[in-house]
Amino acid sequence: MSRKALVVLMVAVPLIAAGRNLFQAKLSQEKKILHALNRLTFGPRPGDVERVRRAGIKPWVDQQLHPERIPQNPALEAKLKPLESIRMSAREMAESYPPPQVIRAVAEGRGPMPSDPEKRKNLEQLAERFKARRQMAQGTPTERRPFQQALAGLSLQQQRALRAGTPEERIDMFFRLPADRQSALIEVMPQDGRRAVMARAPTELRRKLIASTVPQELIAHDLLEAKLYRAVYSSRQLEEVLVDFWYNHFNVYLDKGADRYLVTSYERDAIRPHVLGKFHELARATAEHPAMLFYLDNWQSVDPNAAARLGRRKAQPKNLRGLNENYARELLELHTLGVDGGYTQKDVVEVARCFTGWTIRDPRGGAGFYFNSQMHDPGEKTVLGVKIPGGGGVEDGLKVLDIVASHPSTARFVSRKLAQRFVADDPPASLVDKMAKTFTRTGGDLREVMRTMLVSPEFFSQGAWRAKVKSPLEMVASAVRALDAEVSFAYGLANQIAQLGQPLYRKEEPTGYYDTSEEWVSTTSLLNRMNFAQALAAGTMPGVKAEVARLGDDPGKIARTLLLVEPSAQTRAAIEKALVESEKTTPNLALVAGLVLGSPDFQRR
Amino acid sequence: MLTRRIFLHRSALAMVGVGAAPAWLGRAVYADAGRGKKILVAIFQRGAADGLNVVVPFTEKRYYEMRPTIAVPQPSSKQAESALDLDGFFGLHPSLGPLHKLYQQRQLAIVHAAGSPDPTRSHFDAQDFMESGTPGVKSTRGGWLNRALPSERGPRSPLRAVAFGQSLPRTMRGPNPAAAIDEIGNFQIRDQKAAGGFESMYASSVDAVLHGPGRDTFEAVKLLQSIQKQTYTPAGGASYPRGRLGDSLQQIARLIKAEVGVEVAFADIGGWDHHVNEVGLTVSQGPLANLLRDLGQALAAFHQDLGDRMGGIAVVTMSEFGRTARENGNRGTDHGHANAMFVMGGGVGGGKVYGQWPGLETEQLYQARDLAVTTDYRQVLAELVENHLGNRKLEAVFPGFAPDPQKLPGLVAST
Repeated sequence: MSRKALVVLMVAVPLIAAGRNLFQAKLSQEKKILHALNRLTFGPRPGDVERVRRAGIKPWVDQQLHPERIPQNPALEAKLKPLESIRMSAREMAESYPPPQVIRAVAEGRGPMPSDPEKRKNLEQLAERFKARRQMAQGTPTERRPFQQALAGLSLQQQRALRAGTPEERIDMFFRLPADRQSALIEVMPQDGRRAVMARAPTELRRKLIASTVPQELIAHDLLEAKLYRAVYSSRQLEEVLVDFWYNHFNVYLDKGADRYLVTSYERDAIRPHVLGKFHELARATAEHPAMLFYLDNWQSVDPNAAARLGRRKAQPKNLRGLNENYARELLELHTLGVDGGYTQKDVVEVARCFTGWTIRDPRGGAGFYFNSQMHDPGEKTVLGVKIPGGGGVEDGLKVLDIVASHPSTARFVSRKLAQRFVADDPPASLVDKMAKTFTRTGGDLREVMRTMLVSPEFFSQGAWRAKVKSPLEMVASAVRALDAEVSFAYGLANQIAQLGQPLYRKEEPTGYYDTSEEWVSTTSLLNRMNFAQALAAGTMPGVKAEVARLGDDPGKIARTLLLVEPSAQTRAAIEKALVESEKTTPNLALVAGLVLGSPDFQRR
Repeated sequence: MLTRRIFLHRSALAMVGVGAAPAWLGRAVYADAGRGKKILVAIFQRGAADGLNVVVPFTEKRYYEMRPTIAVPQPSSKQAESALDLDGFFGLHPSLGPLHKLYQQRQLAIVHAAGSPDPTRSHFDAQDFMESGTPGVKSTRGGWLNRALPSERGPRSPLRAVAFGQSLPRTMRGPNPAAAIDEIGNFQIRDQKAAGGFESMYASSVDAVLHGPGRDTFEAVKLLQSIQKQTYTPAGGASYPRGRLGDSLQQIARLIKAEVGVEVAFADIGGWDHHVNEVGLTVSQGPLANLLRDLGQALAAFHQDLGDRMGGIAVVTMSEFGRTARENGNRGTDHGHANAMFVMGGGVGGGKVYGQWPGLETEQLYQARDLAVTTDYRQVLAELVENHLGNRKLEAVFPGFAPDPQKLPGLVAST
């Protein structure tokens, strides 16, 4: 080992070992700016540092705490416009993007048809295509393959390119055809062709492609695209970071049955409006939302004595005969008090009794929350020592939410989790105490809790500086932002994020992701990060255009532009070595940029 | 023109990576070092499997009383949808046919009413305790399976400990290097021009969190290069089920047969948290049956694929806790306590259900609702660590736990 490297090691190790008192060591003004950007946004874009410097850190932080005062980026609005489902109700979605079971039922001559003539026609077409696909799969000889049919009338040269060309030739030819031809071809295109077109197609055409076979998947498509576009382009960055945080805190799983149609509204209507509001209202919005009621099974939780009480009037379905503790437990453990927050198994059962009757009218049809008093346990309950008199009806659940939202354990648990996301994996107790005090004093005002954290010396300290390893979403979004890349196929980026270990909206467990380095750092995830960084910089990520040339041709400058700090000596040396080994006379700028984005330095924020 | 003035005076550092990286000794060395070494594979069923419907106490009247709509029927030659008799008292879920066969061949043992002494019913805490090997103690660093590796002199394979998935599970974290692999075929830097650069920057990094996994990554990449090019065909006509567990076990088998020095491996399969409609129209349908089919087929395929090598391999399954003895209001079960564990392998005293059966009467149940734990799960694991892996320093693997050598006699043959 060289002497210089030894020196670097010796300097670095005490910094790490010194631990907690680093949370009292101040940062320079320049570092403060970068730190604020790294924590309140999905990574700085070119020019952001200058903007914050001009505005001043405090006013800029204050502005981020009031997203409604920040004019939205028109580029984002244009990107979101074609994503129709993000503005729909669950019912509209269920009708516009029928699930595979419904399509199949119609194809087999069963199942109800929508009354709206357009939706009816859509469903009939889907059923036809379903039948055709099944026929093909079963090998029933058809007179002419539909793809061949759709080619009829094109020139021989066109047909050859589409049938037998290289993927690039096929795509080029496809996009040179008139729009009506494109639509006709899409419907009958073989799988591999579709995939290739997907990445290059404008959003409208891509959506048509998905709608023609698995329309339900459009919902996930739109959700993921919107999430990525907002992370990359929104001017209200803190709001997006917080929507990500709170969705994860009150996690629901997109692929659980009816939740496919409910998650869009859940994030939009239950999470987003409250991320800087009162915790109590946020918790209540999630408790009442059908996505949560479905995900944690509360919609089926019934007073065990309901059947006896109601007499013979109505036989209960077999699976609606008693209590289900799932939601009650996670409400206490994960949403409010925390696992050490001082509740017992008895409390779990009592909370579950309070929430009996909180259900959904027709979950698969996309209808909303309703309280079913017949399912509700009318008896007296005691939750965390508080007596809830019998006969409270829907008020029982609301009472529980009052009790847990104002509980001191919740103030601590929520504050610590926020500090873990924004400050350090193991945030200092002094900071958590301050935040919890604010939480209690303001009745759970999340904007004030955030403010307490963001003005604290612990937030702007050496202990927090580059202390967090980026999550896959943060890594991908920050790389795209650092390169100032143009994204036209955000769905592809979302798939990358899944490969890095964070499938968005698809964490099956109610815990959500743990936002600490152990969750994100492993051999395979690091490898995938390096591969993603190289592909992004080399321009081989479909639907993402990065102008690496814009960064200049000086490797040192490229590194500084992307990292906004001096690269570590090791990263510099490794880039140098790679350049020497590539033995090219012209500099390989994409290689340099890729190495920087895949470096240990860039994995931290 | 490429400007290198920034880097020129640093060029001495270019050597850092090479100097700091441990010498890579090649596959043959690990094959040699690994010869005769025993292998332990741990499988985690995340979400708390319903042990009472997996290994069914079919002579217990209480079992049927408490589960009026989801119980597995008593063994019956007339009825395919019934428990597969093990010993006249317990029966396997009918979707576990392949495991029934292995049980009869004495390749599979079962420990019932096993679990953690900690009372938590939180998935996260219970998984964490089971993986750390220290129930009730949150401050433990790393996991039991990492610590279970016997101390080693000489060359150590970067693949001594491998976990399948995108993140390294708690079980596998610890003082010994451990690799997480998602897919053997993709485990490489795609752009070869960048490979050297990435390798040296991670090998020499002073980042306390990223340095270790970064270094391990590249050692594993090199070791895997030689086997990536070959296509893999399981032996003996073994057919792994599609899905995460089947994929993981097939890749573990592949690494074992490639002799890259694997000693402990980990895979997991989620989705066991069946609060609602656990059982479909019949017991062979529904989410529990589907998962069990997957589990049974995957374990049987692994056994088939590895053939004679199974003499030196043990596989153990675990789940964070069991489920309520009574079914809940939605034909499902809520979070409970004790569970059943499977132990498979050539050195296992198979064909027997181990453990003391606590009974299902209300006063016998834990907190009057769950199957009571009569065997600490660490007892089962300790037998494997000590008798199978040959690591006798159990106090380091399970701090604070004193295993009882008389507790499960014959479960694991001593090496």
